[in-house]
Amino acid sequence: MAGSDTTVETIAPPDTVKILIAGGFGVGKTTMVGSVSEIAPLRTEEPLTVAGLGIDDLNGIEQKQATTVALDFGRITISRELVLYLFGTPGQQRFWFMWNDLAIGALGAVVLVDVRRPDSSFAAIDFFERRGIPFVVGVNGFYGEHPYPAEDIRDALALPADVRVLLCDARDRESCRDVLIALIDQLIADARRAS
Amino acid sequence: MSALAREVGSDDTAGRLVRPFTLTGGRTRPSRTDFTLITTVTAVDPPPERAPRPQPEQTRILRRCARPIAVAELAAHLDLPVSVVAIMLCDLLEAGLITVHPPHPVTPRTPDLDLLQKVRDGLGRL
Repeated sequence: MAGSDTTVETIAPPDTVKILIAGGFGVGKTTMVGSVSEIAPLRTEEPLTVAGLGIDDLNGIEQKQATTVALDFGRITISRELVLYLFGTPGQQRFWFMWNDLAIGALGAVVLVDVRRPDSSFAAIDFFERRGIPFVVGVNGFYGEHPYPAEDIRDALALPADVRVLLCDARDRESCRDVLIALIDQLIADARRAS
Repeated sequence: MSALAREVGSDDTAGRLVRPFTLTGGRTRPSRTDFTLITTVTAVDPPPERAPRPQPEQTRILRRCARPIAVAELAAHLDLPVSVVAIMLCDLLEAGLITVHPPHPVTPRTPDLDLLQKVRDGLGRL
């Protein structure tokens, strides 16, 4: 029977969807991608020329900067027909939001927050709020410790009441999965309300 | 580490023999915008008889997409920027050597409950 299956086994390409994992430098984005991905996180880098955005430039001289923006990503096969990609923005880079089609067509985003430096994730929160991209906040407790309750973090970040805040551990697969599920649950609730 | 090793090793692109945009004939933008990070591409097998003979880098791509693969994965495996891979994929598409499967459309205004439920169920099985 080995040969008879080959026609049935034509490899139809799966539908793909994506979720973004964002947040400040060193907050655990790539760790989170790696925790839930079925493949070791892959990296792709894009050269960018950034004109007039040299916010570190104290001279005030407008100049073109050549920089590279990197993405780490992983994959979760939902079914034979559907594959979910997770894109994280690693490193200390200011230009990840210029990655052209990163935000377009994303189901939503997880903004990871470091309890010790919540302000490092302000930019990511602001980005998704402005673009109307749904997101949840995952508070990554380093060493699994959570000194503050989720509501304190919500207040500190001035988050609207409808944005869910979850305490999590980026190293832990189930914890990361639960954050992703919370995002999807929020999307489902929003969809039901809209229909 | 020797001074030479430091010099060679300090550059991210060390080991890459060809500058990425020479692979695209200097083009920096694809002629079409079909290729997002999660667009899936598949080599046409067997290739059309009248297709031009692929260049070595194109052959590398075709080998990688013998089974459906997302553009981002392809770029990561080839160690090339997505923008470069997209331009090369345009050429392969125009030559009839690959097929393209777009991502599932996601629009915030018209959420797809069925899709979301499938993702939810899949994550629940993790």
